[in-house]
Amino acid sequence: MNPTRKRRLWLILALVAASGVAATLVTLALRENITYLYTPSQVYAGEATDQAVFRLGGMVAKQSLTREYGTLKVSFGVTDGDAVMTTHYDGILPDLFRENQAVIATGRREGDEFVATQILAKHDEQYMPREVALAMGKAHEKHEVPAAAQGAADKPGGY
Amino acid sequence: MLPELGLVSLLLALLLSLALSVLPMLGAHRGHGPWMATARPLAYAQLLMIAISYALLTWAFLQHDFSVAYVANNSNSLLPLEYRFTAVWSAHEGSLLLWVLLLALWTALVARFSRALPAPVVARVLAVMGMIGLGFLAFTVFTSNPFERLLPGAVDGRDMNPLLQDVGMIFHPPLLYIGYVGFAVAFAFAVAALIDGKVDAQWVRWSRPWTNVAWSFLTLGIALGSFWAYYELGWGGWWFWDPVENASFMPWLVGAALVHSQAVTEKRGNFRGWTMLLAIAAFSLSLLGAFLVRSGVLTSVHAFASDPDRGMFILIFLALVVGGSLLLYAIRAPQVETGKPFAATSRETFLLANNLLLTASAAMILLGTLYPLLAEALDLGKISVGPPYFGLLFILLMAPLVLLLPFGPLMRWQREDITQPMRWLAPWAALAAVAGVVTFFAWPEGTAKTAFGIAGAVWILGGTARFMWQRMRSKGSRFTAEMTGMLLAHAGVAVFVAGVFITESTSIERDVAARAGDQFQLRGYEFKFEGVEKHPGPNYLADRGTVRVFRDGQPVAVMHPEKRAYLAGGQVMTEAALDGSLSRDLYVALGEPLDQSGGWALRLYVKPYIRLIWLGSLMMALGGFVVAFDKRFRRPVVTP
Repeated sequence: MNPTRKRRLWLILALVAASGVAATLVTLALRENITYLYTPSQVYAGEATDQAVFRLGGMVAKQSLTREYGTLKVSFGVTDGDAVMTTHYDGILPDLFRENQAVIATGRREGDEFVATQILAKHDEQYMPREVALAMGKAHEKHEVPAAAQGAADKPGGY
Repeated sequence: MLPELGLVSLLLALLLSLALSVLPMLGAHRGHGPWMATARPLAYAQLLMIAISYALLTWAFLQHDFSVAYVANNSNSLLPLEYRFTAVWSAHEGSLLLWVLLLALWTALVARFSRALPAPVVARVLAVMGMIGLGFLAFTVFTSNPFERLLPGAVDGRDMNPLLQDVGMIFHPPLLYIGYVGFAVAFAFAVAALIDGKVDAQWVRWSRPWTNVAWSFLTLGIALGSFWAYYELGWGGWWFWDPVENASFMPWLVGAALVHSQAVTEKRGNFRGWTMLLAIAAFSLSLLGAFLVRSGVLTSVHAFASDPDRGMFILIFLALVVGGSLLLYAIRAPQVETGKPFAATSRETFLLANNLLLTASAAMILLGTLYPLLAEALDLGKISVGPPYFGLLFILLMAPLVLLLPFGPLMRWQREDITQPMRWLAPWAALAAVAGVVTFFAWPEGTAKTAFGIAGAVWILGGTARFMWQRMRSKGSRFTAEMTGMLLAHAGVAVFVAGVFITESTSIERDVAARAGDQFQLRGYEFKFEGVEKHPGPNYLADRGTVRVFRDGQPVAVMHPEKRAYLAGGQVMTEAALDGSLSRDLYVALGEPLDQSGGWALRLYVKPYIRLIWLGSLMMALGGFVVAFDKRFRRPVVTP
């Protein structure tokens, strides 16, 4: 083999090896770090059973927020119109966390309740996370709630 | 009346950009001098028209013209004067106008500073930039007119998003956009060279300073955005792997690769095709970023409200740009690499490794960012990819880069006996290892992560210093701007690495339920909460907390974190209090009132050396600027 060919061969071998390693790593890392989004009724229907950690999306149920005195522990209901799931959290809630507004909680199911490690609320007055709007849309359709009540995902708004 | 004028001048700019994309290109094609000569005046005229339009929109904000829908949606009569200037780019339409303005500015600058280039090259480059301008102007005029009237006019505006009412927000978007749009110059040079068919290394020499400046601005923009997120979002994090952050980081990584590969192509003639591909990729990724942010396909802190039409428009534009340029590349690209051959141990090889690692991490981030969209399209469920995916893979890919970085400058072009640089660097490797071990045992809170960070930083700094010393010793060699810039940027990488690893491994964060008079111990600091008072601001009412910080009984700082309720929109914002120094940041943010009797949730953070992250970024950006001012790039070109 002449030197040029030899160099090319090495280069190709190195590239193949590198892409193999990269593909493996990416697949493994993705598998470890993907979280799915479910609404409470989907969770109760057993759709989330094979996920240890998942995201629970919906609205914060009206008058469901309770605090434990002297600590940061809170609990509230997350609802999609069909089912309510009691959610526990120990930490500071985001600025835009309100009752009757959209929320995404990341955490795990414990019995019939949910223990969250992270809470995201919608981040301005007009904007609802698209995936929550979609998931909620299904529940609304079923209950024949007029579309306007879905939260205005398509109104113009800021960042 | 004035807003209509703004739209008219925007339409004029659209026509001018149409002329700019056609006339000079045809002129260059046919060798028609006068047509080619239209490029410069058209570029200036386009800039003038867009500037007028931009000024009129700003004027509408200053005058509180709430009959303009965009002003009514993003301003308010209570909005302080300085934010009325910045409110112009606080939402989709106006920020697009800013984007177009900056693109026109780059185009005009290329027109102004290209006297030394042959006329056909200037004509083609400006024409390609005109086409990009045409695309964005059409997008603005047809889907996102910022001058749209609201009839009847609103009595008062709905206010600017409070998150953006901040000094950092004044500079973050313009800097970022200058960077994004700046990659259009390298792109235009590459495409012009492909159209021309003369794919030699010459175009690279012309476009190098532009690429460096664009990349530096992007660096500054991202760093400022990160700093802003740190103190404004109230969580104290500096990077979240949020889709929109990723959208800005991908062109940055590819841009960094481009900066290096352009150097190789310019000096040695190697990697011609690759450099061209990178130039196309950097700009395409900037466009992809624009698409992700503005189409509403992603859930992100930054995403503008969704509008399918806009998304479709950018997607088509993106397809045209990427598809068109790649097709052109496929037809015209140099089939055979004609650069000088190089051995496996040469500077070329090390720069190639740099490029592969940087582009691989950009590809990895692209995959993670688009994966949720892909999964949704394939009906695999609604998923999100967590930060650990990005963090883990990024560190895996960057570790070899840190390891190889000091070798690059010390290697000779073409071939080098690897033992020589190894002998030079061995003491520094030993020093880095010692520094790591000492850190691990001597730093009270240090972990293995801290040790690796310090070792990596010492290794890069030492290797860079070794190179500097070598240059100073050798007779007759001077430090060119290019070399100084490189040293500065590489030292910046070291500072950045140290900052990231120290902060990530030794920061302490505590959320507490506090009552007036409560004290909390955190890493030797004593935080004393003295309660919350009402405090009126110009357009908000704040709950203002007072926290006194002591160390060994000595007062260190008095901090006032705020929770602001904005009067116009009723939105609530956290305004964290910072006490910063190079060696540590104290960070206090008010959470929420817990009960009626004055109990508040408080976030108390101590973040050692977090400022190094932004200091390092600043050094990288400065390095890029310094390189761009190398005299070599300004020497007139001798045309063969």
